[in-house]
Amino acid sequence: MCRVVDLHQAVLVKNDERAGALRTELAARGTTVVNLLSSPGSGKTALLEAELALAASRGVPVAALTADLATEHDAERLARAGVPVKQVLTDGLCHMEADMLRAQLDGWLPDGTRLLFVENVGNLVCPASYDLGESLRVVLASVTEGEDKPLKYPTAFGLAHLVVVTKDDIAEAAGFDEDAFRANVRQVNPGVEVAVTSARRGTGVGLVLERALAVAAGGAVHRPVMARNGSDGVGDSVAGGGTGVEPGGVDDAMAGGVPVRGRS
Amino acid sequence: MHEMSIAVAMVEQATEAPAAKGHEKVTAVRLRLGELAGVVADSLRFCFSLACAGTPLDGASLLIDFVPGRARCEPCGAEWATGMPPQLCCPQCEGGRTELVAGRELQITGLRHADGEPPARTAHPASVQAEES
Ligand SMILES: [Zn+2]
Repeated sequence: MCRVVDLHQAVLVKNDERAGALRTELAARGTTVVNLLSSPGSGKTALLEAELALAASRGVPVAALTADLATEHDAERLARAGVPVKQVLTDGLCHMEADMLRAQLDGWLPDGTRLLFVENVGNLVCPASYDLGESLRVVLASVTEGEDKPLKYPTAFGLAHLVVVTKDDIAEAAGFDEDAFRANVRQVNPGVEVAVTSARRGTGVGLVLERALAVAAGGAVHRPVMARNGSDGVGDSVAGGGTGVEPGGVDDAMAGGVPVRGRS
Repeated sequence: MHEMSIAVAMVEQATEAPAAKGHEKVTAVRLRLGELAGVVADSLRFCFSLACAGTPLDGASLLIDFVPGRARCEPCGAEWATGMPPQLCCPQCEGGRTELVAGRELQITGLRHADGEPPARTAHPASVQAEES
């Protein structure tokens, strides 16, 4: 005799719960998390350095935690802004999870930090599935990565609250077709804002900081289509949704002739 | 390869579920997997078999129900298969106020336990195998 038990639990529910708890805890401390996702070499560290420097110059208390430092030099660059910067080692894991972030904060994150930027592992596949307790998820692509990047990584771009184009100063040399890129972003995430930036020229840097501060001030955040039926995903949690447990049931899920519910 | 982390989470959930209490062994896990969930099924199968080793799920089958992506346009009511990469703008009115009807599922929907009764009364392995592909 065998038996089948209906669980209907999202497999990522544990991470989602921890992320939700972390979001609540940090909100009580006045801190908003900005999760930065991109491929390696997309200019994420350069943009982050520019954001930290701009925030520091405006007296906005910020901090950065990075899981994606290619070199020691990157750490030095980030530290130049004079704000708290910490590196987290993921032990080869391809993404960060909420409890990994949580474990870094005590004794490090200063009280009153307004924005905590998290530079996720350089990868557009795995980190997309993990809510870190962020309130703003930013997905970056440089002009050298091609206009079809959003279609190659639809989960990452589809769940973004803000899409950022980097290295706009070399867009012409790279032959970047911004209209085509925007159309592809729109296909997987209609309504999401695309900010075009150049860390070298300093363009667009202020816009990204303003968007982050607006969210920190309680402003509405874009709600991606892909986050709207979520059994996982950041959108649900941001919206205060449930644990991913869907109604409906064992009858539907168990259709197909497999012997189920053998015991009454 | 976050499929390994997902496989580990599946094993955790299957062993910690209240329904799992009193059972020594899980012989099958059933998963609803949406087309837009961002998970590669073959990779997940491989990771699942590794993650089960040495746990009460050792040797358990993974039965996957695939859920195609479907979207609906709120203003005009059109409904379409999203495909992959997904088309989430309305093909009829080109609007962006879209609702995702299905496709992000990543859920354990059932467990089968072996209750340690005589093998003659266990599940029909043939029909279980037929579900795996
Ligand atoms: Zn429409």
